[in-house]
Amino acid sequence: MKTSSELIKGLWNENPTFKMMLGLCPTLAVSTSVVNGLGMGVAATFVLAGSSVIVSMVRHIIPEKVRIPCYIVIIATFVTIIELLMKAYMPLLSRALGMYVPLIVVNCIVLGRAEAFASKAAPVVSAIDALGMGMGFTWALCLISAIREALGNGTILGFGISDYFSPPLFMILAPGALLTIGVLIAAINHFSARKDDKRWT
Amino acid sequence: MDISAFAAILISTVFINNFILSRFLGLCPFIGVSKETGPAVSMGLAVTFVTTTASILTWFIYDLILIPLHLEYLRTLSFILTIAFFVQFAEIVIQKKMPSLYKAFGIYLTLITTNCAVLGVTVLNTDMFFLKYKAVAGSFLMSALQGLGAGAGFTLAMLLMSGIRERLEYAEVPRCFRDVPITFIIASLMSMAFLGFSGFKI
Repeated sequence: MKTSSELIKGLWNENPTFKMMLGLCPTLAVSTSVVNGLGMGVAATFVLAGSSVIVSMVRHIIPEKVRIPCYIVIIATFVTIIELLMKAYMPLLSRALGMYVPLIVVNCIVLGRAEAFASKAAPVVSAIDALGMGMGFTWALCLISAIREALGNGTILGFGISDYFSPPLFMILAPGALLTIGVLIAAINHFSARKDDKRWT
Repeated sequence: MDISAFAAILISTVFINNFILSRFLGLCPFIGVSKETGPAVSMGLAVTFVTTTASILTWFIYDLILIPLHLEYLRTLSFILTIAFFVQFAEIVIQKKMPSLYKAFGIYLTLITTNCAVLGVTVLNTDMFFLKYKAVAGSFLMSALQGLGAGAGFTLAMLLMSGIRERLEYAEVPRCFRDVPITFIIASLMSMAFLGFSGFKI
């Protein structure tokens, strides 16, 4: 029961993108198409899961004072692994994501989970928590990129959705990303506020 | 080498490819610390200082250590360690030597290690100014200028945003849009305005 709740909390209650607003830079930068969003989400999940397990395994060895640099080295190692893997097996995706792959190192979600969860829990639980968070990040990315791709390019996953709609280009440019996330967060605020109101009256 | 190439880099990083508004680097402080002008500008100056020095330091590391030893794949790891080390070092020096300056932007320095703008600009430097693992002519100055321009663009965006948000305190914003969502919408409009610069040919 408890392990399943660790997995699920990342999907909604503690969703890194919509609820905690961490790791926004890659979210907005790569969400121009669903394929890119999915690739970024999977890469970040891999880094999250790998680094959480290692951090949790060495949590008794690392001295308190130098823990952050140690975490960063562990995270950077996994980022380098995924960077090289992507370059070798998915060169197109690697080129599309560009500099945002090495930037997973400074994605606050990864360091945040290492510090807040993996440094205090056993490896298996940390892995489950990291997977949940990674999946939450991935679906948020997919949602944002689906909205932007549909409105800005008229396609979803590369398939056209309608012939009668001429997409405004700005949705896949920078302003569209900021507009999408702003409206999405406002919508989430609106609905969760309504739920709270009901609970209190 | 001519001056115009260097001017082009500066103008391009400040306006055309503004780090916050078109590359989405450093969004967290942009949303988090932009409520008042004073702290926003201090943060911007601290970031400018770190991006410039980090660009210079990582250029030396990449050109003199990683490339001769064929260790280019260690770029991410070595750069983030350099940045973390340098930020810590700068914090200690400033605290000891310039206490007033430390009060102004000391607390923001700590946050800068995980600011993606810093690692972003160093990665971008090596992507742009090293072709086939060889430094192009003038790459050192170009890297330093790109670091400076990135910081300047960041400061400009922070200044504009904090000015707008100070005025926003008096506005009647719908409840669900308050705070973060409205900031994103404003950023979207600003970024649309900055898109106008992309028509520039230099």
